[in-house]
Amino acid sequence: MFTDSAPSRLLTGWSFIITNEWEPVKENFGALSFIYGTVVSSLIALVIALPVSIGVAVFLSEIAPSIIKTTVSFLVEILAAIPSIIYGFWGIFVLAPFLRTDIQPVLQSYLGFLPFFKGNPIGFGLLAAGIILAIMVIPIITAITRDVLNAIPVSQREAAYALGATRWEAIKMALLNAKSGILGATILGLGRAVGETMAVTMLIGNKAQISLSLFEPAYTMASVIANEFAEASGRIHLSALIEVGLVLFGVTFIINSFARILIYSFTRKTERR
Amino acid sequence: MEDYYAHIKDSHLRKRKFTSSLMIFLCIIAALAAVLPLVYIFFYTTAAGASALNIDFFTELPKPVGETGGGMANAIAGTLTLVGLGSIIGIPVGIMAGIYINEYSGNITANAIKFVTDVLAGVPSIIIGIFAYGVLVIPMQRFSALAGGFALGILMIPTITRITEEMLKLVPQTLREASLALGIPRWKTTVLIVLKTASGGIITGILLAIARAAGETAPLLFTSFGNNYWAESLDGPMASIPVQIFNYAISPYEEWHRKAWAGAFVLITLIFIISLAVRFVTRKKYG
Repeated sequence: MFTDSAPSRLLTGWSFIITNEWEPVKENFGALSFIYGTVVSSLIALVIALPVSIGVAVFLSEIAPSIIKTTVSFLVEILAAIPSIIYGFWGIFVLAPFLRTDIQPVLQSYLGFLPFFKGNPIGFGLLAAGIILAIMVIPIITAITRDVLNAIPVSQREAAYALGATRWEAIKMALLNAKSGILGATILGLGRAVGETMAVTMLIGNKAQISLSLFEPAYTMASVIANEFAEASGRIHLSALIEVGLVLFGVTFIINSFARILIYSFTRKTERR
Repeated sequence: MEDYYAHIKDSHLRKRKFTSSLMIFLCIIAALAAVLPLVYIFFYTTAAGASALNIDFFTELPKPVGETGGGMANAIAGTLTLVGLGSIIGIPVGIMAGIYINEYSGNITANAIKFVTDVLAGVPSIIIGIFAYGVLVIPMQRFSALAGGFALGILMIPTITRITEEMLKLVPQTLREASLALGIPRWKTTVLIVLKTASGGIITGILLAIARAAGETAPLLFTSFGNNYWAESLDGPMASIPVQIFNYAISPYEEWHRKAWAGAFVLITLIFIISLAVRFVTRKKYG
C-alpha cells in the first residue's frame, strides 16, 4: 500500500491531510474532510454507545437472573454478527426517514440556536451515521466490559455490601476498578467505528465538506474508498485513494494496539491478584 | 440530639437507596434499548424480505429495471463460491497458526502472534480489500473472484486462530503426555489427539468466521466486483449477495429494493441459524 500510494504522496505531500479540496477531475486531493467526517461520526457513536453499553454490561454481570442473562447475551451476540450492509439498508429506509420527520425538526426547534443543529433536516448525514455506528459498536463494548466486570472478584462486592453499601454503590466500586478495561473496550469500539464502511457509506450522505452541523452530509475515509475505488479515474486518483486507506490503516492500527495493550494489562493484573 | 442525627441518617440512606434503584432501573432500560434495534431490524427485514421471496429468487438471474421477476441465483452461488475460496485460505492458516501458538512456540513469539492477530482482527475490512486489490487485482489486470476469496480468507484468519488457540488450551496436558509416552511422534499427537479433542470448539470458530465472511461487503466491492450474469470463471468478476444488496439499496427502484430486502432476509436467516447452531454446540459440550 505504501508503494502503491507513491504517486499521490509525491504530488501532494503533507497537504494531503490538511486541505479539504477533493476534486479527482482537477487532480486536487486533500483528505481533511474525510478525516473530519470519520472522527465526528465515530465520536457521536461513542457518546451514544458508551453509557448504553456500560448499562447493559452491568445488567448482564450484576443484575439479571440467569435465564434473561443468556437470552440477552445471545441477542447482543447476534447484533454483532449482523452484516453492516443490513444495518445500512435498514438505516436508509427506517432510521433516516425517522430522523427526518420526527427527531431533527424537534431538535431544531428547541436547540436550533446551536451550530450543531443548523441546516436542512434531510435525515442522511453525520447524525444518522453516528447513530447506526453506535448500534454497531454497542455489542463490542458490552461484551468486553461484561468480561472485565466478571473478572473482578466477588469478594470485593461482598466487602462493599458488608460495609453497608447499597447495590449501586457496590456496582460503582466494581466499575471504578474496571476502569482501564472499560477504556480498552471503548477504544476497541472506536477502532471498529472508524473503519466501518458500508453502513456509514449508505447513511452519511457522501459529500466532501466540513460542517459543524450534525444534520449536514459528510464523508468518511472508508466510504470514499468504497465509493470511488472501483471507478477511479486514472493513476493519481487511485493512488490518492490508496493513501486514504493508508491513513485509515495507520489510525486503526494505533487505536487497536493501544486498546489491546490496555486490555492485556488489565487481565494480567487481575490474574496476578 | 440523637433524634436529630437519626433524621439525617434516615434521609441520607433514603437518598442512597433511591439512587441505587434509579441506576439499576437505568441499566435495565439500557439493556432494553440495546436489544430493541436488533428486534426491530430482524422483524423489519423479515416482514419486507419474506414477502419478496419466492422460488425465482433462488433460481433466476437478475432482471433489468422495469421487468418484474428475476432473482439472485448468481449472487447466491457467488457468495457460496467466495466463502468457499476464503475457507480454503482462511481455515488451514487459522488452525495452523492456532496450533503453533499453543503447541510449539515459546512465550514471546506466542504473545507476539496473538497481538498481531488481535490487531489484524481490528483492521477495517475495506483495508483488507485494498490489500487484495494490490496483490491480486493489479497484477491480473481485472476484478476476480479469486481476489475476493483471498480477501475473505484473510478476514477469517484471526477469528479461527484465536478460537483454535483457546480450545487447544482446554485440552488437558496429561493427554499429550500420555500420547507421547506411548511413543507417538509429536506431530501425530498434535493432529490425532489434541486437534481431535478440540474439534468441536474449532468447528464453532470456523462457523463464526464463515458467518462473518458471508456478510462482508466492503472488501468485495473492488475485488470480486459484481456481475449480473453467471460468473464464467474464477478469474473474472463474480456477484455476491451483500454487494448485490448494496447496489440495489442505493438504486431508486422500488422493485430492486424489494429484491434487496429478500437478499437481506436470506443473509440474516443464514447468520441466525449459524449463531443458534454455535450456541447449541457449545452449550452441549462446555455447558
